[in-house]
Amino acid sequence: MAKRIDVKDLNLFYGKFHAVDGVSLAVPPRNVTAFIGPSGCGKSTVLRSLNRMHEVIPGARAEGKVLLDGEDIYASTVDPVSVRRTIGMVFQRPNPFPTMSIRDNVVAGLKLAGERSGKKLDEVAEQALRGANLWAEVKDRLNRPGGGLSGGQQQRLCIARAIAVQPDVLLMDEPCSALDPISTLAIEDLIQELKKDYTIVIVTHNMQQAARVSDQTAFFNLAGVGQPGRLIELDDTERIFSNPTQKATEDYISGRFG
Amino acid sequence: MSDSDTVGRPGAPGLARGPRGGAAPDTAPEAPISTPQGSGGSPVQPPKVITRPGDKIFKALTVGSGVFVVAMIALIGIFLLIQAIPSLADNQANFLFGRDWDADPQGGLAFGVLDLLLVTVFSAVFALIIAMPISLGIALFLTQYAPRRLARPFAYLVDLLAAVPSIIYGLWGAYVLAPALSPISTWLNEHLGFIPLFATGTSNLAIGQTIFTAGIVLAVMLLPIITAISREVFDRTPPMQIEGALALGATKWEVVRTTVLPFGRAGYISASMLGLGRALGETIAVLIILSSTTSHFGFSLFDGGDTIASKIARAAQEFNDPRGAGAYIAAGLVLFVLTFVVNAFARSIISGHKEYE
Repeated sequence: MAKRIDVKDLNLFYGKFHAVDGVSLAVPPRNVTAFIGPSGCGKSTVLRSLNRMHEVIPGARAEGKVLLDGEDIYASTVDPVSVRRTIGMVFQRPNPFPTMSIRDNVVAGLKLAGERSGKKLDEVAEQALRGANLWAEVKDRLNRPGGGLSGGQQQRLCIARAIAVQPDVLLMDEPCSALDPISTLAIEDLIQELKKDYTIVIVTHNMQQAARVSDQTAFFNLAGVGQPGRLIELDDTERIFSNPTQKATEDYISGRFG
Repeated sequence: MSDSDTVGRPGAPGLARGPRGGAAPDTAPEAPISTPQGSGGSPVQPPKVITRPGDKIFKALTVGSGVFVVAMIALIGIFLLIQAIPSLADNQANFLFGRDWDADPQGGLAFGVLDLLLVTVFSAVFALIIAMPISLGIALFLTQYAPRRLARPFAYLVDLLAAVPSIIYGLWGAYVLAPALSPISTWLNEHLGFIPLFATGTSNLAIGQTIFTAGIVLAVMLLPIITAISREVFDRTPPMQIEGALALGATKWEVVRTTVLPFGRAGYISASMLGLGRALGETIAVLIILSSTTSHFGFSLFDGGDTIASKIARAAQEFNDPRGAGAYIAAGLVLFVLTFVVNAFARSIISGHKEYE
């Protein structure tokens, strides 16, 4: 499982707009990497390019390499669908499938991959829900719709859905921004546990959150509106928040701008 | 929708007391709110509500329009009933289960609506069976597969189908489609004739004035109705749902299957029901295409006959005797109730879907 990611000179575009310029970074396995930076700096765009979700937006394209344990996921022979099956994603707002029960939500990815055995699906559902710290809360209502859960529970349901397929990497795009502080704490605890098995990349607007959950932090910035975003600095989280090498990073984390 | 339960909670107390709360001056929820103010002991008087003339006029206009529609429906129903009752009383045959239609006031009235009703439902359902999958395909193509530049003009084109007058459809059906379908219907009749659906009917296959032809024309007329509503519902599939499915490694078709179709299913079904209502009532196209017959309907696509609507239209010029006309109006009442039920059913599906959103 848990694989490393190496991004090499990645350029991302929306149509003619150059959104992200020349990003290179490395994400080691079983490690949490946080992307921080002001709005529009391209951190979410970079995150979405790591499982080829960037290109589902009409006109969006990527240039450069993203290596998953040395294999380029942008190679012409690679099917984006299979990339997304090995690199899971959790979104800003919880998005369980409203027509499906809690159980069916969790095993949706497995069903797409062709698993049909009900017993196997039940096992995986329990395992994934336990993994997402949700089992105790929903075990009595697995056949009820997922939309009936609270926001925080829905987000953990989405995490369970993402880890049910046992991905190599878990990407999280501001997973707590729509949640209250208690639910946020539950998700942050969960990230610490998931780190044992998965490579995790998380985008967050909340610098305290980045400091709490991540091992290394990448700071993105942009020179101005209409300019492409760039990776300014990537270092151990402790170093970024105590002694960054770049002035822009220091300004941002100390709240002088952004 | 996840956080709407924190935002849109109805109990927000400040709202009902705002200066513009005049819409509901004496409803129950208002009372407990105003009592705490009057705790000084003086008898509680209903607070004076300020209304402005503009509000009054606008409210009267909208209420009037609403009442007008309801009144129209009720009046049409009452008209049909009043006109139909005398003829129904004179009727020698069983109206609902009789299969022969004799509304000649000179001889005794003996009219049964069953055959007309069967042809009406049979042709409409046949049309729906053809139109539903095609409309689904068009709606999915337009919302999920077509490039944006193509989707717009294509959608207009489909909508344009709805603007074609039904007389044109009738002429096209009778003079172009009917002869063109003749080889197909002859083949079906020869090779699958043992199935009652394709058995030799009362209409000449070489001319093609059959329910088969009429049903296909009706199907074309239903396409824009079903497609337009389905398209809008499919288009409203939340992008987050689609992205969620994509991120799980769903292919295009799997995205449609796991998100778009479940989300739009109720809308699609109700769109089809609205289409069915349209097909049941379609008059002039059916009148032109179908050959009239005196034989009973035999549940074959190659029968001729009349739907309720086309029968009424065929006889409309002879409505000089109120008793004869009353017979046709009674048939119209049956059609009215039938389309009413179908539409009510469609609406109930839509409203049932809202709860779940």
